[in-house]
Amino acid sequence: MSARDRILQRLRAAPQGKAPLAPDVPAFYDALGAAAPAGTRASRIALFCEKMAFWHGEVVRVTRDKWPQKLHELCLAKGVRSLLYGPQSEHAAALVAAGIDGLKPYDRPVGEWKKALFEDTDAGLTATRGGIAETGTLIVWPDASEPRLMSLVPPIHFALLDADQLHDTLFDAMRVQRWSDGMPTNALLVSGPSKTADIQVTLAYGAHGPKELVVLLLVNEEEMQ
Amino acid sequence: MNSQPLSFVPASEFKQRAAAAVADDHLRKSFRGAMDFLINKRAAQFPDPAALESQRSLAEHIRKYSLARLPELLEQLEQKLVANGVQVHWAENAEEACAIIVGIARRHSTKLMVKGKSMVSEEVELNHAMADAGIEALESDMGEYIVQLDGEKPSHIIMPAIHKTREQIARLFAEKVPGAAYTDSVDELIGIGRAVLREKFMSAEVGLSGVNFAVAETGTLCLVENEGNGRMCTTVPDVHIAITGIEKVVEKLEHVPPLFGLLTRSATGQAITTYFNMISGPRKPDEKDGPGEMHLVLVDNGRTQAYSDEQMRSTLQCIRCGACMNHCPVYTRIGGHAYGTTYPGPIGEIISPHMLGLAATHVLPTASSLCGACGEVCPVRIPIPELLVRLREEAQHDARPGHAPMVGQGAAKSRLADAIWSGWAAMYTRPALYRAFGWLATRFRALTPPMQGGWTVSRTPMKPARRTLHELMAERE
Amino acid sequence: MDAAGSRHYPEKPEKVYLFGTCLIDLFCPEAGMNAVRLLEREGIEVLFPADQTCCGQPAHSSGFPEQARAVALAQFRLFPEAWPVIVPSGSCAGTMRRHYPAMFADDPRLLAQATALAERVFEFSEFLVHVARVTLGDQGGPARVALHTSCAARREMGTHEHARSLLAQLAAVEVVLHEHESECCGFGGTFSLKHPAISSAMAGDKVDALKETGAETFVSADCGCMLSLNHTLQKRRDGFQGQHLATFLWQRTGGEGGRR
Repeated sequence: MSARDRILQRLRAAPQGKAPLAPDVPAFYDALGAAAPAGTRASRIALFCEKMAFWHGEVVRVTRDKWPQKLHELCLAKGVRSLLYGPQSEHAAALVAAGIDGLKPYDRPVGEWKKALFEDTDAGLTATRGGIAETGTLIVWPDASEPRLMSLVPPIHFALLDADQLHDTLFDAMRVQRWSDGMPTNALLVSGPSKTADIQVTLAYGAHGPKELVVLLLVNEEEMQ
Repeated sequence: MNSQPLSFVPASEFKQRAAAAVADDHLRKSFRGAMDFLINKRAAQFPDPAALESQRSLAEHIRKYSLARLPELLEQLEQKLVANGVQVHWAENAEEACAIIVGIARRHSTKLMVKGKSMVSEEVELNHAMADAGIEALESDMGEYIVQLDGEKPSHIIMPAIHKTREQIARLFAEKVPGAAYTDSVDELIGIGRAVLREKFMSAEVGLSGVNFAVAETGTLCLVENEGNGRMCTTVPDVHIAITGIEKVVEKLEHVPPLFGLLTRSATGQAITTYFNMISGPRKPDEKDGPGEMHLVLVDNGRTQAYSDEQMRSTLQCIRCGACMNHCPVYTRIGGHAYGTTYPGPIGEIISPHMLGLAATHVLPTASSLCGACGEVCPVRIPIPELLVRLREEAQHDARPGHAPMVGQGAAKSRLADAIWSGWAAMYTRPALYRAFGWLATRFRALTPPMQGGWTVSRTPMKPARRTLHELMAERE
Repeated sequence: MDAAGSRHYPEKPEKVYLFGTCLIDLFCPEAGMNAVRLLEREGIEVLFPADQTCCGQPAHSSGFPEQARAVALAQFRLFPEAWPVIVPSGSCAGTMRRHYPAMFADDPRLLAQATALAERVFEFSEFLVHVARVTLGDQGGPARVALHTSCAARREMGTHEHARSLLAQLAAVEVVLHEHESECCGFGGTFSLKHPAISSAMAGDKVDALKETGAETFVSADCGCMLSLNHTLQKRRDGFQGQHLATFLWQRTGGEGGRR
């Protein structure tokens, strides 16, 4: 008999009282939602910005047509000499057209250029699948066109977030985006730059991942302020 | 080599270690300060007691439901993970878990394994097994890195280096990190750790992580962290090995948000951590990073023993937030190392006996005043005080009829204790005898012993009153 | 389990039983007597079954359930009428109210008895506030008082607010909060004997916190905590001492003549 079989056998041999009913998680969140004033687009944007600021994330509001230009300005202001991007990504063309210096495509497996990726990359730009207002969180699903390390290795992570894709809670995002239908190899929630409080409970940013997180929040013209 | 001392030190020495710890002013102050900080941060996250109770009810329900279906959920998890390309291993005990991991590492000619935070890897003494196999196992969580650098074990499950001051860490780095100049700036110290560990992430052949939640329906392993080292360990090396206890599985993705929300708020008073890393499989052929090979090691190590008893099964509801230790007046006084086990504090007192046997651990469940603070803050409502009482019973008696004996069942049995409590019951069930004792004790109060064991260490002796309440009430008739 | 505040309270009864507890019986009978006096002053007759001994808690919490059950069982038949059972100690009240049903869960007949008794158990301050609904007329001079509420009263009985609300009725008494107010005093029954170093550290910290408030005395509705702290203070040759809530209330309200 294998370890697996012995473990399962012991579990199955244990006495079981009346089996609990399946927890009704949707009902819990629906009740919470019903008790609170309904989230509006404006309230979600405001809450997201407040919470992301709390995590030391920077939120820059920009309209859909102007983000490459805004990113260009931010790169100049932050002294970014090399910006990692996904050449197959949806926004690659706009990015290239913006004329940002030092664009660096993530175009081959990491094993072929680990050192350069780690030691010679100032920033990375990724899309997001949406955000969560309640906690000031980005939903990032890395894939072949925007690999996992883009949001982890460079000291600055720029993230594009469409305000249309803001959800009230993690549960809402999961439900609306139907995560249980199939998860990618890696899915992430990101709330601010990397941090630690392991030395005498003193917060320090940039523990192992990005030291800065800059969210380019894509909004309509009238939502710019 | 980063070898660490064996985490388990004999329970017989618990009292000496505890006495040494309470006499250490410096340690007392640092734990008190840190625990107060965490207590206040948690409290700020739960301003509405009714809302907290409804969240706890849901979380408790999810955990109880998951445990009730544990064997099926483990099979479903395995099936999904295998379909996703993950290799699943089962280990009955620490030795098997280590052998599996050493085996994988050897197949890949591993020289260096980087580790994200995993209490289960501490529990199975993985670092020792790796050292014995000639493979460096390097902790990459900043707190874990610090304690490993100093040859210590974590003193808290969430804040491993909480017993150390900034100055101690500054000296440690200057002494042990090659090329590091002395600094006591927290930012600079973290910068040193970052630089050292980034090199290691790049060169490690294997990355190891724990698991916070394993989702059966999608075959997803969830990791909670702030630093990003967990992401590094699970993304950069070619091989990722996750290790977890069999109790961590939940049925559905939708079961995760309530548990995750309570975990981070209860642990460090954060509404969410920087990263929530959901991994469902190794790198796909068209992907450019992520491990090419992925393993999950499911560890029993005494969990099935806890599971076999309906009351003690609730021990396995734990989501490892550490709130019970943060709020424990005993933990706050003695810190994590005094316990001598991987899991300190109240959760350690109720889980360690299943992992290490009662013979080695029976003193731990007695190290509680049963004040109930742990049970009050537990986000999944584990009745910790009741379990402590139960374990005290199991340590001093044979197994209850119809129950299988625990490992080390009855290890603290003593004829003297049996005689004391039988004598006690004999007197307290015989009112006339009891009153006679009261009469004698009050009349001969001058003969009260001046030394009364542990009581008089810091207290004057207890002395009976001149008359018992029984007598005073009888006189009124 | 009923949470604090959700318990249904009966009308003020003509009679009550007093369960004095073993600690009060032998070590602080005056607290028991003052509880009786306060109840009688409210026009309630107090019945004190002479065969009572102990609730069984020491054996229960030490891992000797059989002995605890035997002693608990010996108390069952002492309260035959439907009167409330008043317990001037939070942890003993908690044992009778919270743990008795669990202790007899495997015997339907005894479980029914245990549950019926548990339903009638009231911690002393809880009873004064919610059932006797006392009005206290303070007759003492200005005083600063710290309050230590026992863990059992707080977490098993939800009664820590009751002592506070009784003290709040005393016009000249200022109740001062101490640091880590909700933290255990380190008594914990046999814990104080088994782990003296830890218990002493906890008691020492509690005493320091109580003294730091500048209060003249401290009050507790739990005799075990009070004894542990008072004996700690005595060992330090410190004159600062605590009093049982019943004693403090009785004295502040002028004793026999001090009704309302």
